Amino acid sequence: MMILSGDPPKSRVLTLLLLVIILALAATPFLFPGAKALNVAAKICIFAALVASYDLLLGYTGSVSFAHTMFYGIGSYAIAIALYGMGPNWAAVATGIVVGLPLAALLALAIGLFSLRVAAIFFAMITLAVASAFQVLASQLSWLTGGEDGRSFQLPELLRPGTVLISKSLFGFEINGRILTFYLVFAISGLMILALLRVVNSPFGRVLQAIRENRFRAEALGFRTVFHLTYANCLAALVAASAGILNALWLRYAGPDTSLSFSIMLDILLMVVIGGMGTIYGAIIGATIFILAQNYLQSLMGVASTAASEAGLPLLPGLLHPDRWLLWLGLLFIASVYFFPTGVVGRLRQGGGKKTASPSH
Amino acid sequence: MTDLAATDPLPKPKRDLAPILLPVALALLMIPLIGSTSSWLTLTVASLAMGMMIFIMASGLTLVFGLMDVLNFGHGAFIAVGAYVATLVLAPFAASIQADSLLANLAVLAPAALLSMAVSGALGLVVERVLILPVYGQHLKQILMTTGGLIVAEQTLYALWGPQIIPMPLPASLRGSFILGDVAIAKYRVLAMLIGLGIFIAIQLVLNRSKLGLLIRAGVENREMVEALGYRIRRLFLGVFMTGSALAGLGGVMWALYREQVHASMSDDLTVLIFIVVIIGGLGSIGGCFIGAILVAMVANYGGFLVPKLALVSNILLMVAILMWRPRGLYAVTSR
Repeated sequence: MMILSGDPPKSRVLTLLLLVIILALAATPFLFPGAKALNVAAKICIFAALVASYDLLLGYTGSVSFAHTMFYGIGSYAIAIALYGMGPNWAAVATGIVVGLPLAALLALAIGLFSLRVAAIFFAMITLAVASAFQVLASQLSWLTGGEDGRSFQLPELLRPGTVLISKSLFGFEINGRILTFYLVFAISGLMILALLRVVNSPFGRVLQAIRENRFRAEALGFRTVFHLTYANCLAALVAASAGILNALWLRYAGPDTSLSFSIMLDILLMVVIGGMGTIYGAIIGATIFILAQNYLQSLMGVASTAASEAGLPLLPGLLHPDRWLLWLGLLFIASVYFFPTGVVGRLRQGGGKKTASPSH
Repeated sequence: MTDLAATDPLPKPKRDLAPILLPVALALLMIPLIGSTSSWLTLTVASLAMGMMIFIMASGLTLVFGLMDVLNFGHGAFIAVGAYVATLVLAPFAASIQADSLLANLAVLAPAALLSMAVSGALGLVVERVLILPVYGQHLKQILMTTGGLIVAEQTLYALWGPQIIPMPLPASLRGSFILGDVAIAKYRVLAMLIGLGIFIAIQLVLNRSKLGLLIRAGVENREMVEALGYRIRRLFLGVFMTGSALAGLGGVMWALYREQVHASMSDDLTVLIFIVVIIGGLGSIGGCFIGAILVAMVANYGGFLVPKLALVSNILLMVAILMWRPRGLYAVTSR
């Protein structure tokens, strides 16, 4: 319980689900062969951490930020530019981290302080404007960021796929640099999620929830809400930038489409709402469901689309085209905000609570 | 406080002129910086035209917020829908668009614009009933719901029209420029300015000279009091929402003609611009929205001419500067 900061999943089904997800992720290199499965697993890890950090803002302080991909992008670009400019060595990795993380935190501080001067309602709009300006900036400063093409780079020797750490003859599996990178991503993402659990279950996290429920009352109780909100913003930005670093390390690339685009912001929103706001665990569930759907359901839609066009149905082929899958997600998103505002985790906890309560009566 | 006799006229409301002088001062300041008077005039007309178009799109959003405290992140969808619907009319009548007769051109353009307004207004009705009514009074859910609506609308447009950019050529008689001495002023910009100014005056007249406008202004200031007096503010709000959506559709048509192309992603870029305008102007203020739109357009045009690199962040800088001066926007009309 210590490791979960006294906030267990509180539902048998949810616990089982989380265990299955985490074990499957941990065993992916051995259970599911092939590059695609490993990519999907790494993406789930990275997004689980990213979405959990967004949950700290959306679920625990109740403020909608559209600038979360900006911090994610800062992390990605920092490591990519450092490794691109300084060559594939560990000093470059360290430089990227040392430059990227404080930059993200400082920017979060600036946005936080600025939007706190103006009405709270402006926060979502201001973050949207700042994020879009940053996106344009990143694609225009091509001497630094590589523009629309982004930056590809080499990893340090230890993390390269060609580096064989334990040869196949020993266990029947080859452990190479790629798998080591995967476990690096897995471990750091897991640590960040545990750290976020610690944050939200600390007295600080309780104050954030108080601010979410009634900012005026929290202020009247003597809490400096300005300090708490800005601090939460900076923490979320730090985790997002770290997730960005992991993303760039995994892809060996940073570009506007993989780290900055508005569609990633929408993905994050969808994951947090589907998983369940204000639970942290929802991030793991949401990211898993969403990314599995993104990678495997889309091809199913393609099959359905061609089937519909062969059957000569009007309109349906266009609506079912794999590129239109955001349409269905958008509908799902609206439906889940409307019908299941607490998401999968909230639902499971509710169900579990009833079950444990009934025998005592 | 001084006592007023019954016969004394009511004290005049204090006029706040500083925001109005701001764009004027900015324009005058630019004369020496730009150097040539003719390019200054061209840029100023361009900013005014662009500002009027942005104003048309943003006016609905600011009233919707001011009146009912509803944050509509899907406002951009109405813009894109308006532009796409216009192509339905403009494409079959491409011949009369290319004819060099103002009358023939307008005979196609006007129905296209009206149809766009009707469709986006009707869509506004659906959005208000389906997306906004259930989450009334909850900001967080409003943002999420309307963002979801924006995704669905955009993707539906892609599904119906395909992902490619649709060209939308300007009518023949609106192409080219008026030449006054060495100053060239694009004809379409003059038209856009006239329409924008007309709509601004119409909105101001309705708001300040009619009973409907009185109720809307009263609702912006204190919703509960208007309800307590027995007026159905929900219905009033629905009307404002539909009008705002229709205006966004019109703005979309005008913007598409200005850019001479239609694309579903146009709503994304414009949404950001409109938010900045609404924030600068002060949520709920039509006058502030008008000045804000012109300021944003001026900064974009002058900035793009003087320091092209700065144009990327100029809007943000403008917003920061204005909010440092007046944290609630140029005109703070709501009590929230």
